[in-house]
Amino acid sequence: MGEIERRFHSVTLDKPMCKGCTTCIRYCPTQAIRVQQGKAKIISERCIDCGECIRRCQYHAKKAITDGFEVMDRYKYKIALPAPAFCGQFSKATDFDIVLTGLKMLGFDDVFEVARGAEVITEKMKELISSGKYEAPLISSACPAVVRLVAVKYHDLMSHVAPLTSPMEAAAEMARREAREKTGLKDEDIGVFFITPCPAKVTAIKWPIALEKSNVDWALSIKDVYMRLAHSIDKITKVEHLSKSGRSGVRWANHGGEAEALGIEKYIAVDGIANVIEVLDQLEDEKIKGVDFIEALACTGGCVGGSLTVENNFVANSRIRRISQGLEDKKGELRDDMDLYWNRKIEYQPFSPLDADFGIAMQKAIRMNEIIEGLPQLDCGSCGAPTCRELAEDIVRGKANETDCIFKLRERVSLLAKEMAELESKLPPSMTE
Amino acid sequence: MSEPLMKLHYNVDGTDFTVAGEASGAVKKVLKQLGISPDVIRKVAIAMYECEINMVIHANGGVIDVEISPDKIRMIHKDVGPGIPDIDKAMTEGFSTASQQVRELGFGAGMGLPNMKKYTDEMRIDTELGVGTTVDMTVYIKQ
Repeated sequence: MGEIERRFHSVTLDKPMCKGCTTCIRYCPTQAIRVQQGKAKIISERCIDCGECIRRCQYHAKKAITDGFEVMDRYKYKIALPAPAFCGQFSKATDFDIVLTGLKMLGFDDVFEVARGAEVITEKMKELISSGKYEAPLISSACPAVVRLVAVKYHDLMSHVAPLTSPMEAAAEMARREAREKTGLKDEDIGVFFITPCPAKVTAIKWPIALEKSNVDWALSIKDVYMRLAHSIDKITKVEHLSKSGRSGVRWANHGGEAEALGIEKYIAVDGIANVIEVLDQLEDEKIKGVDFIEALACTGGCVGGSLTVENNFVANSRIRRISQGLEDKKGELRDDMDLYWNRKIEYQPFSPLDADFGIAMQKAIRMNEIIEGLPQLDCGSCGAPTCRELAEDIVRGKANETDCIFKLRERVSLLAKEMAELESKLPPSMTE
Repeated sequence: MSEPLMKLHYNVDGTDFTVAGEASGAVKKVLKQLGISPDVIRKVAIAMYECEINMVIHANGGVIDVEISPDKIRMIHKDVGPGIPDIDKAMTEGFSTASQQVRELGFGAGMGLPNMKKYTDEMRIDTELGVGTTVDMTVYIKQ
């Protein structure tokens, strides 16, 4: 399959729900949304599935495509892979075993915490950092929205992104192997279900950027699972001892958790997509020096702030911190038979230039600057583009008109009115004295 | 038809550290839209940024004119600062006349001019003590 056919985005528009307001276009970090004919439109090549628009849309017109529970029936053995953030969602849960037991009640044969995958990735990352083979700083590849952001925007930083698979992928591989050994079933009879805090992870499963194929079969949203579990979680009488993860793995849910687990001093931990962009801009301009590692998470607060979570991210953060306090610190086991590296090279996928022909692109850029000068530069968004600059770009790309700007339109109407008034005052000779 | 020439003009405020880098950032954006290769963009961005910082640290700001033509990018940085007494010395790696205060901010490592030279294909400095300095740099676009 070609890259274009494979393309999948979890973030999508629920058209009937969209009022055509311009909130999402202002917050999209890659300027990937326009409002046209009264509805938002996502420009596929620009979307990194960060979920910022889902969070911002007050009409809930931005949705994440996730899978439904019905796919569970296809497998003889079903494993739930809860993201570390999942365990912070329940106010009634005093430990992780309760939450994991609850998951089994939903029909899963086993649970495998992604936190355990995080412990393994932590060990591998320590190796990478100390190997000296990579140009410092290494940027974490755990957040798929950030990896995509680098691929569309930061050519010079691509070599800094740690070429490692994610905790989710590592956990899926470990869970599948355990299940095979335990049950003797074939791979196709074992279903691996990731319980995701965000749409970026769904995209990472269905359209991986640096893997041929994901180890995960399906993605259920934390929100959907929460709905099924919230009412029954405090009624569980027999709690199974299922949690096997240690403190540092679990704390990957919170911002700073991944970096802290490495036990190094020289790191930057940045969360929130706008903050991530600021740091990456500085890094690209070589303004950041003396740093070995950068944890960069698209969501504010880290994965607990994912757009498919239920609990307020500060509350979930506190809960995870408290519960994990009592856990021992476990070290992930690196096995020779586990490949934790990417198996596909990520390609630089910049936004298309103004034109494929350099000369024409330059003429368009010059025209674009002239257009910007003539626009009010209020960035009001009424034209459907996030800023006057973006409108000017859309105009030279042939995708918008100058009169899409309501101020420009008003100018034209006013000119026309003046002209009409002038015409009206002109009387034929037969009527003039 | 004459060769297209794109002219960009920026004022650099010499009183505000936080705005240093805005001009090079804006130019970078334009070059990306033109589809210019990443390594050319990188050279331009770094050379321009170093020069912008110098204008803020040493010369109380100034103006930058950027000309983009199909085969090259020319950046002319003009200030009315104190001028450079000894250009050869200023071109030495590690040499800096930046104040302690500026060094504490992480600047003044003495790599400004050497980096500008390193990342550009042509560089010309016109300076006169008490009058000002013009740094004229060009990066070629290999098509």
